[in-house]
Amino acid sequence: MTINFNDETFYGDFTFRNSPKAVQRFPFPFPEDSYMYSVNLEPHKSYRPGSVYERTFDVDEHYVAEMKDRARVLADDPLRCQSLPHMTLAGWDLVELIMTAKAEEYPDLFELHRDGDRWRWINRPLGIDDTFTFLDETTLPYGPMEYITRQTQGDFAILDQRDDNLWMDAGMVTTQADWSLDFDIGMNFFEWHAPVPKAHEMGVFVRALKFLLNIQQGAPARRLNWTMTINPLLDTSPENYHKWGAMKQELTAENVGRMMHLRVELQTLFRLPRSNALVFPIRCYLIRLEDLVTVPKWGRRFHRVIRDLPVELATYKGFINNRPKIVEWLSKYDDGAPTSPGIWPD
Amino acid sequence: MIETTITPSIASRPVYSRLEPRPGKAHLLVADAEGAEAILALAEVAPSGFFDHAHVIHIRKATASTYTERLRGLKPAQFYSGPTYEAAVPRLRRTLLGAHMGLQVYLAGTESLMGQAMQEAAQAGIPYGAIQAEHRGSTARRMQCVHCKGITEDVTTDPFVCSHCGLHLFVRDHYSRRLAAFQGVRVDAEDPGNIPEPVERFR
Repeated sequence: MTINFNDETFYGDFTFRNSPKAVQRFPFPFPEDSYMYSVNLEPHKSYRPGSVYERTFDVDEHYVAEMKDRARVLADDPLRCQSLPHMTLAGWDLVELIMTAKAEEYPDLFELHRDGDRWRWINRPLGIDDTFTFLDETTLPYGPMEYITRQTQGDFAILDQRDDNLWMDAGMVTTQADWSLDFDIGMNFFEWHAPVPKAHEMGVFVRALKFLLNIQQGAPARRLNWTMTINPLLDTSPENYHKWGAMKQELTAENVGRMMHLRVELQTLFRLPRSNALVFPIRCYLIRLEDLVTVPKWGRRFHRVIRDLPVELATYKGFINNRPKIVEWLSKYDDGAPTSPGIWPD
Repeated sequence: MIETTITPSIASRPVYSRLEPRPGKAHLLVADAEGAEAILALAEVAPSGFFDHAHVIHIRKATASTYTERLRGLKPAQFYSGPTYEAAVPRLRRTLLGAHMGLQVYLAGTESLMGQAMQEAAQAGIPYGAIQAEHRGSTARRMQCVHCKGITEDVTTDPFVCSHCGLHLFVRDHYSRRLAAFQGVRVDAEDPGNIPEPVERFR
């Protein structure tokens, strides 16, 4: 298996593109023609070869460019990566989880050689060959969580478990849908979800927390979440909202297909062995609407979902003002035909 | 009426209740301005001898000497009356450093005072379960600008101007205990220059 890594940007000139193969494997998040919150967690098991569900940590054609974008964002704002002092052990747990999974599942890209606590890690796409002592921070150029998440796509929140709650006590967050790690670090599960409308009243978070507290080692879980983003911006942070927010005004009936992107998060959850923390990777996939509608089922369904989405959700997801333009554009790809159940292309 | 009612809001927005005397080896009471009223009310229901092991820290702010003599009259083992929170911080930190298991902490007054003192107590390892807080007096907010990270104290209007970067920010109810601040976000981010008239929401 070889991957041709794209040379592309997620800011400025926005040269990000999905190849036809990447479009076909895009994690379209709607199993039916309408959307409402649900806990929708399922076991994170290998499923459908070639899909984003095949491997523990999906590596795709955007890997190298995404890691460059992360380095750029961190240089601008080091507060995007923080770990409270008691979370270092969980960081090492994460190093082990990611290195062992990637070395096993992508042997041509990553290698891990372990001799007791002397580890050698080879990351071919990024040109890294490091030898270090496991559990000794002084042998890595960054803290363990930062080291490995500078080499892994997706944001990462590490959740400490105590007092029957989860506490967001560490994270690497540079590709987020408008939430601030720097503000939310140290909060519990209900506090950091506080701004989400409706879901509290529906009991979604109480049920989700109960599930998460019981996740066992070796039995990770996953779900999809989504929003929409103007331009292929990975970094839609509140910190930079005053820079990207105004781009929403640039949307016209003519450029919707190129400028508007469906943003899908593949969220997974793993219990970590030494710290008993949970790690919550939030992997962002972007697709412009022009590419999305090349799958006829997705074009039809997405039109119906966006058209019928409750106002609170369209507001929270940040596209209420642009919804009429988006729905108008999408309607051209909905002939009213019935759609098949499930998320996959027909 | 000095007691403050908080309109129900989102889950990160702190709620407060009446201070009540709890059994403890020692009691640390920190209040600003009208927060003194909550300590005086607590004294009315406290068991005798309560203040023999109490340290009262009062930050006067605009109330000047209004409460000083009445607080001193409670005869706490230690009493401090100071002009501002910043001035009281070294004393507060020293006190928390010397604290033993069984200390009860009582906070009263503005959210800014309670939030910051709670930060200090939490950093000193005092469990949240041993800290009570009662809101009294001004509802002005301590706001963090999510863009420049600067803190603006005593915010009464929405939107308001960040005292550090000058952006016009709207006031969210999202609150960080770690920062002891609410979050402010640029109000005209999507339509630069379109700034609504500030409304006085807090006083």
